[in-house]
Amino acid sequence: MSVFWSDYGLPFIIMLAQSVLLMVVLLVVIAYILLADRKIWAAVQIRRGPNVVGAFGLLQSFADLLKFVLKEPVIPSGSDKVLFLAAPLITVMLSLAAWAVVPVAEGWVIADINVGILYVLAISSLGVYGVIIGGWASNSKYPFLSALRSAAQMVSYEVSIGFVIVTVLLCVGSLNLTAIVQAQETGLATRLGVPWLSFLNWYWLPLFPMFVVFFISALAETNRPPFDLAEAESELVAGFMVEYGSTPYMMFMLGEYVSIALMCALTTILFMGGWLPPLDIAPFTWVPGIIWFTLKSLMVFFMFAMVKAMVPRYRYDQLMRLGWKVFLPLSLFMVFATAALLMAMGWAP
Amino acid sequence: MVLQALFFYLFAGVAVASAFMVIAARNPVHSVLFLILCFFNAAGLFVLIGAEYLAMLLVVVYVGAVMVLFLFVVMMLDVDFAQMRQGVLQYLPIGALVGLIVLVELLMVVSGWVIAPQIVGEGAAPIPPAGEIQNIEAIGLLLYTHYIYFFQVAGLILLVAMVGAIVLTLRHKQGVRRQDISQQVARNPQTSIEVVKVKSGKGI
Repeated sequence: MSVFWSDYGLPFIIMLAQSVLLMVVLLVVIAYILLADRKIWAAVQIRRGPNVVGAFGLLQSFADLLKFVLKEPVIPSGSDKVLFLAAPLITVMLSLAAWAVVPVAEGWVIADINVGILYVLAISSLGVYGVIIGGWASNSKYPFLSALRSAAQMVSYEVSIGFVIVTVLLCVGSLNLTAIVQAQETGLATRLGVPWLSFLNWYWLPLFPMFVVFFISALAETNRPPFDLAEAESELVAGFMVEYGSTPYMMFMLGEYVSIALMCALTTILFMGGWLPPLDIAPFTWVPGIIWFTLKSLMVFFMFAMVKAMVPRYRYDQLMRLGWKVFLPLSLFMVFATAALLMAMGWAP
Repeated sequence: MVLQALFFYLFAGVAVASAFMVIAARNPVHSVLFLILCFFNAAGLFVLIGAEYLAMLLVVVYVGAVMVLFLFVVMMLDVDFAQMRQGVLQYLPIGALVGLIVLVELLMVVSGWVIAPQIVGEGAAPIPPAGEIQNIEAIGLLLYTHYIYFFQVAGLILLVAMVGAIVLTLRHKQGVRRQDISQQVARNPQTSIEVVKVKSGKGI
């Protein structure tokens, strides 16, 4: 029994505590990036944004949470009740589950598995089920149309995300997320003989086209504007969640923002050196890795928010064209070119 | 080991139960969802035997892509359940025959393990023991050397299937105006705007 306790019991409790801690921190961060999203959007349009609840509207997200939770959930009579309620749960659980392998600092990761990046890809490719089940179970025309739309969209852009990840993996030689960040400790700056300019080491510079493709695909994957065709208000009322209200609706929203945060974190890990400091000199190296990771992720989120504020919505055929006819050939070519270059120069790990 | 066995029975049990529900569910959409659950548990079994790469691939490819298309088709088809139930007795003998063949083959495989364990894996290329190298590396080393022709033939078959599907469904309607991006980008004021001075009271 004592062996069982020390082998399984204790690690399980530690992992549980870590998960709870990560989830609490993540959800509080989500509450504030939601507010930041609205504030940035408002600032671009020269409005004030939410500013009533708490100082500068800092408690707005929590007020929204209370508002959603305290309302009565309505389940349409023609709906498939079990699936109708399961869909938002699936969305939230999957988007939170992906965070299990994300290293937020050196060694700060719940499950440091060998196939980390593949796990994230697998889990985020399952996110489409929340959308499609929600749309179907509502038993209503608009949600169903919108579910089909956004499922097609998410599947399409997953392909190019996959190829972008392959390109990064070719340079790293491992699928482990920690190893991907560690591989960015050396790179272009080291080769140029200026190792203190460590932000040049990161993959955003040598793989710049892939960085752009990944960023745009991440927007499409998370149904963010300008690719928010799932909830095109003008045509589809509010997308696949028309029939949802109160807590189930909030869970969809939460899942969406958690996966946006995940995409920001992933961009940081793949292209912006994760927890590594941008300059490898004294005051910057004193700052703990978690701070750098958070700052970089927030910077990516700022770009997400600015895109939302500035770019008009794509038409559906344009969206499909961009995914299949532009990104797919480009990323395929880049996989080929990167592999060829790595082999020719003998840089392959 | 106890924990591993527990997880094995959990995954295997759920996989078998959901596989049964695939054929027992009344609603075809529920069938597809049970099939997804079944795949998911199969991925869990892969993780248990240390093939985490295959497990992730199963989830990414089958659950994340193939089953989405399945679900698309099943949701959009208007299936008449009563009509579907009618033919069950008619197809029962064929189904039973297929089931019997699969059962006999499974028994042969399992008895092969029991009676002559040395012949298992005789025809396969040698693989390094798990733990020595990562299993993505092991698969890569086998797939791109020993089985390269099979791998390429599989790719070719998929390509032909894809081309076939496109040929069957693609049709260019006459008179439909399509967006030509390169043409739009190449436009300039000289070619697209004509400035005309119109005298008042007269048209162009």
